[in-house]
Amino acid sequence: MATSLARHIETFRHGVHPADYKELTHDRQIERIPFMDELVLPLTQHLGSPSRPVVKVGDYVHRGQVIGEATGFVSSYLHASATGTITAIDLRNHPSGKVVDSIVLKPDPVSPQILHDERTIDWKTMSPKEIIDQVSWGGFVGLGGAAFPTHVKLTVPEGKKVRFFLVNAVECEPYLNSDYRALLERSDSIFLGVEILLKALGAEIAYIGVEMNKVDAIEQLRAAMPEHLPCEIVPLETKYPQGAEKMLTEAVLDIEIPSGRLPIDVQVIVNNVGTVSGIGDLFRYGQPLIERIVTVTGPGIRKPSNLLIPIGTRLTDVIAYCGGMTDNVKQVLFGGPMMGSAQRMLDVPIMKGTSGILFLTDYEVFPREEYPCIKCQRCVDACPVFLNPSRLGSLAKARLYDDMHEWHIMDCMECGSCSYVCPSNIPLVQRFRVAKVLLREQKARETAGGE
Amino acid sequence: MTRDEPRLLLTTSPFLKHREDTAYLMWQVNYALVPVLLAAIWFFGINALLIAVACIAGALLPEWLHNRSRSGRSTLRDGSGVITGALLALTLPPTTPLWMAFTGGFVAIALGKLIFGGIGSNVFNPALVGRAFLQAAFPSMLTTWAQPVPGSELLTVRGDLFAFPFLKPGIDAITQATPLSQMKFDGVVTNATDLLFGTTAGSLGETGSLIILICGLYLGLRRVLNWRIPISILATVGLIAAATHLIDPARFAPPMFHLFSGGLMLGAIFMATDPVSSPITQRGCWIFGVGIGALVMIIRLFGGLPEGVMYAILLMNATTPLINRTTQGRVYGTSWRAKRH
Ligand code: SF4
Ligand code: SF4
Repeated sequence: MATSLARHIETFRHGVHPADYKELTHDRQIERIPFMDELVLPLTQHLGSPSRPVVKVGDYVHRGQVIGEATGFVSSYLHASATGTITAIDLRNHPSGKVVDSIVLKPDPVSPQILHDERTIDWKTMSPKEIIDQVSWGGFVGLGGAAFPTHVKLTVPEGKKVRFFLVNAVECEPYLNSDYRALLERSDSIFLGVEILLKALGAEIAYIGVEMNKVDAIEQLRAAMPEHLPCEIVPLETKYPQGAEKMLTEAVLDIEIPSGRLPIDVQVIVNNVGTVSGIGDLFRYGQPLIERIVTVTGPGIRKPSNLLIPIGTRLTDVIAYCGGMTDNVKQVLFGGPMMGSAQRMLDVPIMKGTSGILFLTDYEVFPREEYPCIKCQRCVDACPVFLNPSRLGSLAKARLYDDMHEWHIMDCMECGSCSYVCPSNIPLVQRFRVAKVLLREQKARETAGGE
Repeated sequence: MTRDEPRLLLTTSPFLKHREDTAYLMWQVNYALVPVLLAAIWFFGINALLIAVACIAGALLPEWLHNRSRSGRSTLRDGSGVITGALLALTLPPTTPLWMAFTGGFVAIALGKLIFGGIGSNVFNPALVGRAFLQAAFPSMLTTWAQPVPGSELLTVRGDLFAFPFLKPGIDAITQATPLSQMKFDGVVTNATDLLFGTTAGSLGETGSLIILICGLYLGLRRVLNWRIPISILATVGLIAAATHLIDPARFAPPMFHLFSGGLMLGAIFMATDPVSSPITQRGCWIFGVGIGALVMIIRLFGGLPEGVMYAILLMNATTPLINRTTQGRVYGTSWRAKRH
């Protein structure tokens, strides 16, 4: 790792270069959206077991107050994102397409909406364990989209140690700018978060990986970096899927994480920059995860924006705030266009893991004719884990799932690079997902039958 | 639920697609073949055009019949049949009767592609299958070459273009041996400028290597074809030619001669690079190219035939599945790579 400005631009091997379409909201400052009439807070906004409500219908709650507590280690706390009254706790539409137990909150229109328990937390005197407990209380999850509880990730297993703390600010998904805006407008919180997490992890040094389509952010961060902080900004080539933990670790540190293992196995912990910035705010103001930056963008929305949105704000309200949709909207996505998920209806809430909302029109979304595989090797050159998607695709079509296992389908990280490049429009990753689910079920049956 | 909401389409990621699809890629190859065909017309007159049309028509007919027999979508528009027909035409002598060209096109698609299961499933390059068939069926016709007369006889029909099927053609064109057979059988080496600009006898696409090279460069830069294959073929041929020429300059021609004579340019750039019948791994493509280059030189220098590009490519096509299997790389993270710290 060199430190000079002119250092080589790092990256991982393979991957794809989709056009980034970031110009739509590139220069839009983060804008705070007002509190709407109703907030819907699903008890499942993270990976792991759902939170348990600790309030009743009719309760008056304050902004930042705990309304749901974690059930178990891999779970998360939930906080009121506005001061107001609990009006219901029942099943509501969830962005996953299911209906999920949710706490419904009616913000008090006359409340000044100040934080419930505003304070600075003196992390300097805290032990790593105490810091991580605070993060756990703050209800933090990975804000990049996966929504894995942050305190779980920060808890280093017995016998392992962390050397490098990687901050994921690559934002390799096209269209999205929420991390980019955070880099420009929240650098204080980010550096504070880095400092606190370095201590919590006992790591030597932090690296913030930023892609070269955000050069201004790189320069500004370098200028704003506190001198004493063992932290480095690492410019990376703009390439998808660099935000994947394995790819980021390779790009920044040139370390290959072994198949089936986690970054911690090579002494690395990766956190999204939004999460780090939120943790900075937690210790600065005592503010838990009750709002987040969301890029609302795409050709199908009239006023593309970067918004600071209270968790639980309904999508319909966000659309109205952004001037409404154009008439030719075909798809609405939560997340980016490469790994996001399509929404069936608009009556769903913004969650902790919602990094962007993307509105695609019939210009971008239209049926494409599928041709047979012409062995053009584009998918082979794109796959960041060196699989042979062409081969796997033909096996999937023939439903030879056991053969797919031998061709290492379980190493597929479902990044979709292969589907993106395939000139024959073969839905490769879409078929791989099905195969992986079936293989997992089969394995579960086998282990159950073996007992 | 209120129905003033738009009907939203529910699919899974990725929602973004690279815009170059298979038909687009195939048509790019066709466009790149246009200058090559124009050069052939310049050298051999309207003959070249008529032969190309006959080959393409012959290639599209079985494809069309196949589409009709299976109620599916049309495969005519994807442009791959046109490539096969055009490439086949470029391997034929300018005096080939049209019915023969048409038959060649038909066989190329029917036996070279459709019986394997259509586009994407063929083992061999279909155009070369057609060419090999014609060579086997009508050996004398396919080894009679006319001297090109650039630009002078654009509209004169030469040879027996309109001969009836299976009548013995009476050649009335000025015939000449190709540079390769001159070298092989008479020890005469044609100079490089003639080869470069195509003023030598040969098939429609054998002359004018320079134009083929330029078109290949365009396709390579546009990433329509894998440049590793032509590079490794040409490098191998060049190296072997240089080595043999150094050992015995009297017996072996210099590298420039080998690189620009015969069907090497056409084969290396347009035929060996057929994605379907070439390996899918990059390492495999290097092996594939070196293999073709070596086979070409073995046939040219030591075999009984003056030219070996067609057989070299067909032979290596047959090894593609094996190359694919043996060059499949390791999966990410399955061998511990030492860190650099
Ligand atoms: S989706 Fe899977 S197979 Fe396709 S490129 Fe990504 S990792 Fe490779
Ligand atoms: S990109 Fe598509 S057509 Fe090309 S080799 Fe892969 S699966 Fe086949």
